[in-house]
Parts: sequence; C-alpha cells; structure tokens
Amino acid sequence: MFHWLEKHPFFFSVGVFLVIAFAGVIEILPNFAQASRPVIGTKPYSILETTGRQVYIKNSCNACHSQLIRPFKSETDRYGHYSLSGEYAYDRPFLWGSKRTGPDLMRVGNYRTTDWHENHMKDPAGVVPGSVMPAYRWMYTNIADVPTAYAEQLTNAQFFSVPYNEPIPMKDGSTEVVKMANSVTEAHAMALAEAKEIAADMKDQNIKDAVARGEIPEIVALIAYLNSLK
Amino acid sequence: MENRPLEYDYTVTKMFMFTTIALGIVGMLIGVILAFQLAFPGLNLMLGEGLAEYTNFSRLRPLHTDAVIFGFTLSGVFATWYYVGQRVLKVSMAESRLLMLLGKLHFWLYLITVVAVVVSLFAGVTTSKEYAEFEWPIDIAIVIVWVIFGLSMFGLIGIRREKSLYISVWYYIATFLGIAMLYLFNNMEIPTMLASAPDGSHVGGNWWHSISMYAGTNDALVQWWYGHNAVAFGFTVPIIAMIYYFLPKESGQAIYSYKLSLLSFWGLMFVYLWAGGHHLLYSTVPDWVQTMGSIFSIILILPSWGSAINMLLTMKGEWQQVAASPLIKFMVLASTFYMFSTLEGPIQAIKSVNAIAHFTDWIVGHVHDGVLGWVGFMIMAALFHMAPRVFKREIYSKSLMTAQFWIQTLGVVLYFTSMWIAGITQGMMWRAHDEFGNLAYSFIDTVTVLHPYYTIRGVGGLLYLVGFLMFTYNIYKTMSARPIEESELQSASPMGA
Repeated sequence: MFHWLEKHPFFFSVGVFLVIAFAGVIEILPNFAQASRPVIGTKPYSILETTGRQVYIKNSCNACHSQLIRPFKSETDRYGHYSLSGEYAYDRPFLWGSKRTGPDLMRVGNYRTTDWHENHMKDPAGVVPGSVMPAYRWMYTNIADVPTAYAEQLTNAQFFSVPYNEPIPMKDGSTEVVKMANSVTEAHAMALAEAKEIAADMKDQNIKDAVARGEIPEIVALIAYLNSLK
Repeated sequence: MENRPLEYDYTVTKMFMFTTIALGIVGMLIGVILAFQLAFPGLNLMLGEGLAEYTNFSRLRPLHTDAVIFGFTLSGVFATWYYVGQRVLKVSMAESRLLMLLGKLHFWLYLITVVAVVVSLFAGVTTSKEYAEFEWPIDIAIVIVWVIFGLSMFGLIGIRREKSLYISVWYYIATFLGIAMLYLFNNMEIPTMLASAPDGSHVGGNWWHSISMYAGTNDALVQWWYGHNAVAFGFTVPIIAMIYYFLPKESGQAIYSYKLSLLSFWGLMFVYLWAGGHHLLYSTVPDWVQTMGSIFSIILILPSWGSAINMLLTMKGEWQQVAASPLIKFMVLASTFYMFSTLEGPIQAIKSVNAIAHFTDWIVGHVHDGVLGWVGFMIMAALFHMAPRVFKREIYSKSLMTAQFWIQTLGVVLYFTSMWIAGITQGMMWRAHDEFGNLAYSFIDTVTVLHPYYTIRGVGGLLYLVGFLMFTYNIYKTMSARPIEESELQSASPMGA
C-alpha cells in the first residue's frame, strides 16, 4: 500500500491530510460545541478598557506576563483565585501568554492601583528594584486610538452577540449594564468620561492637562484595562 | 536536447539561499539583543529615548521569533526544496516556463510579505497570537505565497521522471499540507473595519485591525494546536526532509532502513498534532484534552527517535567521516540534538514536570536546543552542501567550517545549560513555601536570581551568531571565487555518491 501511495502524489497527499487532520477534529471540535459561557460577574470590556487592551496587545505585554492562574497553592497565594474558563468568554484574542518574565496579571486590578501603575510604567526598576522590565514612556505622550476600539466593540456585539447595553448578572445578585456608544463621537465622550476618573488618581500634570483638553494618552487607557482585571 | 544530460536550474534556490542567510543574521542578531536586554535592561534604550518604542524588548521579541521561523527556516526549506525537488524527481525547473515563473513569483511575493511583516511588527501591529502575530492583510498575502509554493511544488511533482517519490518529498508535501491547514484555521479573524455604528455612520479606526473568531479557552486551544504544530511542520518535518536527502548524499551511505522511515513518517504525521494540548496543562481547557496532550507527547518519542536513529545508523561503519568531514559533523550533531530535544519535550509535557517548567526559561531553553542545534545546524549543512553545486565552486575554507562548528556547538551548550538552571530555579522558587505556609520568595527575588544565567545565555547566543557570520563569510567567499570546471553525474540517485 505504501509503495503504491509513493507513486501517486494525489492519494499520498490526501492520506497525509486525513492523518494530520484527525487529531484536530477529535480534540478541538467537542470543546467548540459547548461554547464557553461567561461565569457570573464577567462583564464585557468598556470602551476605555477595550482601548487599553489594544495598547496592551500593541506592546506585546503578553510576551512577559501571563493571564492564567494555575490551580496551585503557590499561585493562588500569589495571584488570587485560579482561572475559570468562563472568565475569558469575552477575550478575543485570549492573552494567557506562555512565559512569565514578570508576574501574572489575571487579577492585578485587585492589588495594584492606578498610582502604582503610573509610576511603574515610567520607571519599573524605581518601583520594583531589580526589575528587568523596560520603561514605557511613550505611552504618556501617544494618544490612544478610540475609534479602533469602538469598531472592535461593535464587531463583538454584531458577530459574537457580546451583551452590551444588557443587564449582566453580578456575584452579589445585582445586575450591571456595560454601555456601548451609538456613534464614534459618543464613544469618544464615554471614553473621556472614564479617562477623567483614572486621571484624577494620577500625579502626572501633563496627563491631567491632556485629559482636560479631551485627549486620552495611551497610559490612561492601559491603566483602565489593568484595573479591570479582577 | 534528447541525449544531453539534465541541467538543473538553481535560480530560485539561489534567491532563497540569499534570504536564508540575510534573515538568519537579522533573526539571530535580534535574538542576541533580546538576550542581553533581559540581563541588562538599560539596552532597551540602546538607540536613545526617542526610539525606545522600537528597540524595546516587547517589540523586538515577536520580530525575533518570526524572523527565525518564517525568515531563516522557511527560506531554508524553500531553498532546499527548489534544489532537492528537481534532483529526486529528475526534472529541471528550466523545462517549464510556468514553473520558473511560479518559482520566481513565489520568491518575490515572499520577500514583499517579509518586508510588510517587519514594518508592521515594528509599528506594533500584532494580533498577539504567538507566531501568528500578523494582521489579516498580511495573512492573506501569506496564504497567496503558500498557494503559489504549493502550485510550484505539485507542478514539479506532476512532470517528474522518477515515478516513485523519495522520502524527502513525502516530508515536503506534509510541510505544505500541515502549515496550510494550521495557518488557515488559527488565523480566522474578523476585520473590525466591517463594523459600522448603529446610526449607520462608518466608524473609522485602523483598517488592518481584526479580532479572533474564537474567544478565550477556545482561542487558546486553536492557537496552541497551531503553535505546537508550527514547530512540527516548520521545524521538524521539512528539516527531516533535508537530512534524508543531504546526509546520504554527502556521506555516500544509503539510508539505514526504509521500513523505519515509513514507520517514523506515518507515526509522526498521526501523533504530532495530538500533542498540542501539552502547552495548556493546568489551564482551563478540558482535562481530557490536557491528558491526551501529555500522553501523546510521550508517544511522540517513538517516531521522532525513529527518524533520528535512522539518520545516525546511516553512518554505520562510516564514523571516520565524522572526524574527516566538517559537513558530516554538522549533520550528525543535528540528529543528536533532534533526539535530545524530542526527549526533553515529552519530559516537560509530563504534568508534574510541567507544573515547574511551564512559564519558565526551561521552555525557552528547550526551543533553542531544538532550533539552534537541530534546525540551524541542518540548514547550514544543507547550504554548505548545495553551495559548491549551485555556484560551481569549491567551499572556500574547510577549516573555517570546523572552527564555526565548535564555536556554535559551545554556544548551544551554554544556551541550553543556562536556561535549564534558570528555568528550574525559577519554577522551584515560585512554588517554595516557608514553614508557616507563606510564600518563601517575592516575584522579584525570582527575577534577580536569574541575572548570571541570562548573561551566560547572551554569551551563548552571541557565539552562535559569530559562527553564523563565519558561515556567511564562507559562503560569500565561495560564491565570489573564480568558477571551476566541474561535471558531475547528473543522473545519480540520491543514494549514490
């Protein structure tokens, strides 16, 4: 049979393809059938958080930081409750990472503050002596891209039925609504409102001035995203 | 025409040899910079504060992996295909205008895509999925390049004179099919430019931006099914194709066992894809997928060692050649590192070992003993073998080859030993608790302790790069030397001397 296949490239290729495709069909498809449902308390990202998530991706933060807490005592002691599948229901793409040059950030919003992030991104080794993380000073002057984030939100709502403007059940039994804008102008206004709250906790006068002028520096959006990780 | 011996046409091979070397230098240089940035963070600012955004570790890191995988390695795969393919199929590219056109088109579109990738990664345009960072316009370009490669490959196979496909061709076909399937499914994404606001207005924003079709756990499952098997069909399968051709050809020895080649080929095809789950142990993917990933990783030792043992036994009774020929040295070391790496991988995939190894530098070490020792050595050996035949000149210096061999071997050894120690140290420190059940170390303790190992790794990488520059010089001097008149047996089979 193998000698015959070696003389017939077409059937050889079909054979190879069937053999390699087999594993994917068995391993991947069943999980897709039971699509990952959000756990209670998991909200879609707001406009400023989405913008910040794009800043996080743009700078490949996931190359050094994971967002996946494994079920070991050492990890739950250090980072908090281990990860649940449903907590990632709105993560497109997933940001688990594969290397921890720095600590996990899955629940960093629980134990770091806006103030801490502000100083840390400016001078990591000043905040954590011995840190090998580079500074990200350009984030303090680059302006965040709200329209792209808004397009991402709309795509999520249109193609994947992500529940914006709908009540989301919370752990304490209440519900919350994550609002999505009706136009890009409104999206910018909503992002700016969120940015003002973040900037109020920051010390950098240039950032405060920029937000007062109606601009959103990348660092403000990034911090909004990091604070949402809980 | 009828009675003249077949003249193979190496135009496309030469073009891809050029990108193999150029992108090899780029990829390895960036790798060395990254290694030293981890040891000395000040290097992130090497070109000043103004360019910090582009010289920063996080921007360079995807550039390094992609340059080495899709630049250096893939160019090597293409260069050898356009050489080996003609020879084992007994047909010349020059016989078909269409094939020549496809081959050249393949090269130029590939080069344009590479430039687009470099520019976009520097700019921070990335989907963040490892080894699949490119946004949808580049993904489409990559698919087109791949289809043209396929047409060119199957075109050559279609007009072959040798009826039976040599082992190397099996592996090249598998490379084409495997990457095609994996790449397509992992890069399913929706361009966000399709979205418009509820009031009907166009939103704007970056036209190249997209989001993945899959969310969270599913996205991770597809990504590591891809990520693991990009290694399979980029770093394993085509490199085996190379060694199955070049080792017998260079040593004058026939492949040790045909049955073992059959067993290891079909075994590898069947088993490799199951093992992807080992990247996601202790994550939120279903338990049974994790267990399958673990078990199949262990089983994977069999077909991998099958190939490697087949290589090494090909040298049976001819081991004096290892001492005599620097080129045989490269290939024997490559197969040895293949065995080493395919034993280390399954060990790391055992759940209890993975608990320590995952997220640490031990994984980085594992990748690099495979890539530097196996992939790098084999591609350089292939180019060394092809250069005299393609450029019709003797290799410039054999002693330079030997020196390069030892410098790079030392580099690889420094690299993986330092990363083993670093990774295991880090993993053990993360999990250490004191007698009261509190964490024994803060995270930064586990970072600062790695400094000496990061420095050693940087030195190892630098030695490897130096060796690669010696290789480049050797090939350059070979190319630019005066041609010698040489006629070789055109109809020799790959088994023949």
